[in-house]
Amino acid sequence: MKYVEEYRDPVAAQQYAEAIARTVTRPWTLMEICGGQTHSIVKYGIDELLPKEVMLVHGPGCPVCVTPLELIDKALQIAARAGVIFCSFGDMLRVPGSSGDLFSVKAAGGDVRIVYSPTDAVQIAVQNPDKQVVFFAVGFETTAPANAMSVFQAKQMGVTNYSVLVSHVLVPPAMEVILGSPNNRVQGFLAAGHVCTVMGYEEYEPIAKTYKVPIVVTGFEPLDLLQGIYMCVAQLEEGRCEVENQYARSVRRQGNVPAQELVAKVFRVVHRKWRGIGEIAQSGLGLAPAFAEFDAETRFGVSAYKAEEDSECISGLVMQGAKKPQDCTAYGKRCTPDHPLGAPMVSSEGACAAYYRYRRLRNDDLVNVGSKSHG
Amino acid sequence: MAEAKSFLLQCPTSLNDSERVQLAHGGGGRRMHELLEGLLLPSFNNQLLLERHDGATLNIAGARLAFTTDSYVVKPLFFPGGDIGTLAINGTINDLAMCGARPLYLSSAFILEEGFPMELLRRVVESMRITAAEAKVQLVTGDTKVVDKGKGDGIFVNTAGIGVVEHCLQITPSAVRVGDGVLLSGDVGRHGIAVMAMREGLSFESAIESDCAPLWGPVAALLEAGIEIHCLRDLTRGGLSSGLIEIAETANVRIGIEEMLVPVQEDVAGACEILGLDPLYLANEGRFVAFVPQHDVARALDILSQHGVSSGAVQIGQVREKPAGMVTMKSRLGTERVLDMLSGEQLPRIC
Repeated sequence: MKYVEEYRDPVAAQQYAEAIARTVTRPWTLMEICGGQTHSIVKYGIDELLPKEVMLVHGPGCPVCVTPLELIDKALQIAARAGVIFCSFGDMLRVPGSSGDLFSVKAAGGDVRIVYSPTDAVQIAVQNPDKQVVFFAVGFETTAPANAMSVFQAKQMGVTNYSVLVSHVLVPPAMEVILGSPNNRVQGFLAAGHVCTVMGYEEYEPIAKTYKVPIVVTGFEPLDLLQGIYMCVAQLEEGRCEVENQYARSVRRQGNVPAQELVAKVFRVVHRKWRGIGEIAQSGLGLAPAFAEFDAETRFGVSAYKAEEDSECISGLVMQGAKKPQDCTAYGKRCTPDHPLGAPMVSSEGACAAYYRYRRLRNDDLVNVGSKSHG
Repeated sequence: MAEAKSFLLQCPTSLNDSERVQLAHGGGGRRMHELLEGLLLPSFNNQLLLERHDGATLNIAGARLAFTTDSYVVKPLFFPGGDIGTLAINGTINDLAMCGARPLYLSSAFILEEGFPMELLRRVVESMRITAAEAKVQLVTGDTKVVDKGKGDGIFVNTAGIGVVEHCLQITPSAVRVGDGVLLSGDVGRHGIAVMAMREGLSFESAIESDCAPLWGPVAALLEAGIEIHCLRDLTRGGLSSGLIEIAETANVRIGIEEMLVPVQEDVAGACEILGLDPLYLANEGRFVAFVPQHDVARALDILSQHGVSSGAVQIGQVREKPAGMVTMKSRLGTERVLDMLSGEQLPRIC
């Protein structure tokens, strides 16, 4: 496949891994921000190609994982109502709330639909004027423009039976929480390529300067990740702390300005609760006053609802890079993709699920793996 | 650890924590396994059922017969490369073929929803007639029921089939041996993407066609040539990964495959990139894996390559001993990982 295969070339990958090994002289801990990057790293075994000095910890950038429990509960409450069509991206359907998930609401008769774009949900609203259509607007800066567009279109078209349940979060405030923590061990970041495609990377420059930490905007393919790691390690070894752009084929410094303008028009920056982490000031998006009529929480009277999270799940520590999934006592036992305690075990981008799916081989189990599989 | 063990769900009455049937229970992944192992297998407990094969092989009055059944609930009913009628005939023929049996007779039961257009029913029946005739099987008995409008989804079709086993091999997961070559009959993922693209209104530059096809031809050729087939499995729901995992678990072996050796058509790979899906888990309706001893691999591949439906056959790996019950895959970067059974349906990712 053109424009993809090139970034998965095994020979080039090996060369990058060797270059990293030649550059590194002491231990460094890097965090990849985005769940999509975590998924690639574990799927392709990229961390196994790295020298032992370079440790990757997995960041909070999985939208499914950081959506707070009480918002999932609100979604379940709204989706279960008669006369509601509840639309969501696919991987939100399996995220456990306090009781059940959206799949179980669907099984009990709720009209829950997977859509590929929020503007599809607006179309469903147009086609079903006697129903209330709600879209579950979650995600980072990446999904915000399309979600904003759906609200903007609905307003323009006078679609009054459409609303959004919003839980948008922003990357930079989460990075500052991680860097400001007394337990922080992250020394360099691979910033999320897709987020930066929208937002650019100007907003990371003050973070790099204040916390003296290199930040490399990085893509999602194996060679992107290896090159991003190489650039980050090189900065650390040279004592630099700059924002660099590995993902230049997609990301410009100023980002996608029309998309940012639309987001700024429809949304405003608000405090947000993050699952497993807690409330972070000015860390998310909510609807701007001019679009408040599209707020599903108000429309369905669920704004005041609160819920507490399972105490055994350490997803907050996993998503801040303080713990690895296998450090959790429930991992692989009481918590599996079939019976997740916390959201990182649900989404394929969640660190726990990625480890569970790809990492259950212990080295001592692998007797034959070094040899060729067939001859 | 003692506490953790109590959570293993092996009690025949436990159907984990879901009190209602969910779509994932029919998705071919781990949830469906829980349904099988938690309810159906213990309830109808017998040796033939416990073989966990695509059909049962029966010894009746000196003859070895294979018997299987399957229900078809696909939406949309018509898709590039086939329809519910071709699926209903080929699917059951293929389940018989995977037992190494020559398909002979089929039954068909229709559950129709009141108001379903007669024109569409005619098209489905005509597809079934043509597909059965081409495969030289006869549809010899059947049933029709109509349910109230709103109580069905247009049309559901069930077919059952009987075939005859004309060789002495035991073709079943438990016959798989360490050292066997794992052969795949062609590219994977096309049926899953064809149906999903149609259902979700996704359009690609050219329509991706389902691989729906009868598989008895190449299987018969392998048998005629005296290839010592240990196991066959068609890769329907749950795709290549789920099929291999089931076999690895039943045969108690490790199946090692290489990512670079698994053929995926470029447009299917592209659609998977866009949707965040893994082609190894997508449904196929005309693909199978064959486990044969290493000394038969070259000859088997040569035979398969002469049949249109398996002309893209390749060896994708080999059966190993440990860790038993697992499928491992060498990634294109040379690293090794586990292939896990899906928990439910594959879900398109957020971003």
